[in-house]
Amino acid sequence: MSVLLIAEHNNKELKPFTLNAATAASQIDNDVHAVIIGHKCEEAAKALSKLEFVKKVIQVEADYYENFVAENFAPVIVKLADNYSHIISSANTFGKNLMPRIAAALDTSQISDITKVIAPDTFLRPIYAGNAFATVKSKDVKKCITIRPTSFDPCESSGGSATIDKAEASEEFSKTKFVKREEVKSDRPELGTARVVVSGGRGMQSGDNFKLITSLADKLNAAIGASRAAVDAGYISNDHQVGQTGKVVVPDLYIAVGISGAIQHLAGMKESKVIVAINKDGEAPIFSVADYGLEADLFEAVPQFLEELNKLNTIQK
Amino acid sequence: MKILVAVKRVIDYNVQIRVKEDNSGVVTDNVKMSTNPPDDNAIEEAVKIKEAGKATEVVAVSIGEEKAQETVRKALAVGADRGILVKTEGVVEPLSVSKLLQKIVEKEKPDLVFMGKQAIDDDCNQTGQMLSALLNWPQATFASKIEIKDGKLEVTREIDEGLETIEINVPAIVTCDLRLNEPRYASLPNIMKAKKKPIEQLNASDLGVDISARIEQIKVEEPPKRKAGIKVASVSELVQKLKNEAKVI
Repeated sequence: MSVLLIAEHNNKELKPFTLNAATAASQIDNDVHAVIIGHKCEEAAKALSKLEFVKKVIQVEADYYENFVAENFAPVIVKLADNYSHIISSANTFGKNLMPRIAAALDTSQISDITKVIAPDTFLRPIYAGNAFATVKSKDVKKCITIRPTSFDPCESSGGSATIDKAEASEEFSKTKFVKREEVKSDRPELGTARVVVSGGRGMQSGDNFKLITSLADKLNAAIGASRAAVDAGYISNDHQVGQTGKVVVPDLYIAVGISGAIQHLAGMKESKVIVAINKDGEAPIFSVADYGLEADLFEAVPQFLEELNKLNTIQK
Repeated sequence: MKILVAVKRVIDYNVQIRVKEDNSGVVTDNVKMSTNPPDDNAIEEAVKIKEAGKATEVVAVSIGEEKAQETVRKALAVGADRGILVKTEGVVEPLSVSKLLQKIVEKEKPDLVFMGKQAIDDDCNQTGQMLSALLNWPQATFASKIEIKDGKLEVTREIDEGLETIEINVPAIVTCDLRLNEPRYASLPNIMKAKKKPIEQLNASDLGVDISARIEQIKVEEPPKRKAGIKVASVSELVQKLKNEAKVI
């Protein structure tokens, strides 16, 4: 049977993780159908129909789908589920909010946040914030799966030519009302998806000194992270926290400045492709996960780092 | 208004997780256990609402082995009025937990059910949403702010793009983010008082719910080890390595 991918979008464009989820879906079965639920989401539906791997698009429209309320979305998917063996979405706040509602309605034990498809019923997933990996096999007839977007490459956004079918909306769920969304407007990449993350820890000594982290992040077009110690000390707001109790990040380059490397921080960043640690304590645990460790006073090293970067002709964005 | 708060006993977040040699799971013997961190936020919020005079009773419920009684007791020590322990053996999947909680909700008839957004052991992030679907109640997940307004709840949610605010009718499910509040510590007198608060004990089998596993755990392994890194002598060497060897800048 086919796989049903739930597209994430903003009614105009697809959200990038839909492309990663499409890749994961294609690894389960070739016949990937994608459902897009929204309000005036024609453009996003067209973009979805062009994705590599997507064979058919199902578009469901109603004005109450404009703001992605899970209580409204779940019945639509449940109604379509008969024709599918698997239902897939990203394990970001969109998919996390929505998928368990679908799974419960289908009486399926959901498998969350997979990092690998081993077989159509068997998956690899991190547990204990990535401190262990479990191989799990679903015994349910229908499988509800959320995928960790950073573990699957995005598919091509062109080349596909899926048909776009319309399906009927479900009844509105009147007990939940969307009020507003305040998107953090920043010129910086988002912490969860940035290619480069520069993080500061307790070694920064003050919020003011975080300017050094900001300058380095500016130079590298990076997101700014922080350890829990730096957040608890009030150097920076907690939405920057990386770790088991903060955000889990998997950038190409993670630069830890003045971070000792407590277990709970390592859990949030040790899957990064390349890790750099700058710390004056050569025994700090952060060095055990660093590809490149620099034992140095950060207040000398970071300004030097900036100077060296200025000497380069090009810096990847 | 009555608030039911679900709490889970998990390995303490400061403990280094070790995988069992036979790959059957992680080591839990002689390991410090605690309340799942965001469940502490859930209890704190319920107790604050009661202290503000907007709730009459806070009931803490846990599903797990006998020792999960300690987790319920801790909730009582920070202000919950009474506890319920539903005893189970081994791993209980979120779908089963939500079915057991549904039974408790039908019995207790709370106006609100609070719990952490995710347990830090299995990292599933499912139970609240599943319970909400089973009850056909509104859900507010990843809550970082809760306001009670005319019998409705206005909840600010932490989403990837920033913040979202929704308004939900009561009864409802709220799953709590770590940013919701600062959980208090139990004072010694309150810990003593909590020993006298009642905890009702039930067996999962008494609730008539099929909680057999739908997911077979084939093996649990250590995460892939990182290749040993190197120490660089200077910033210029570091930048050269990043540019020419790792090719990331």
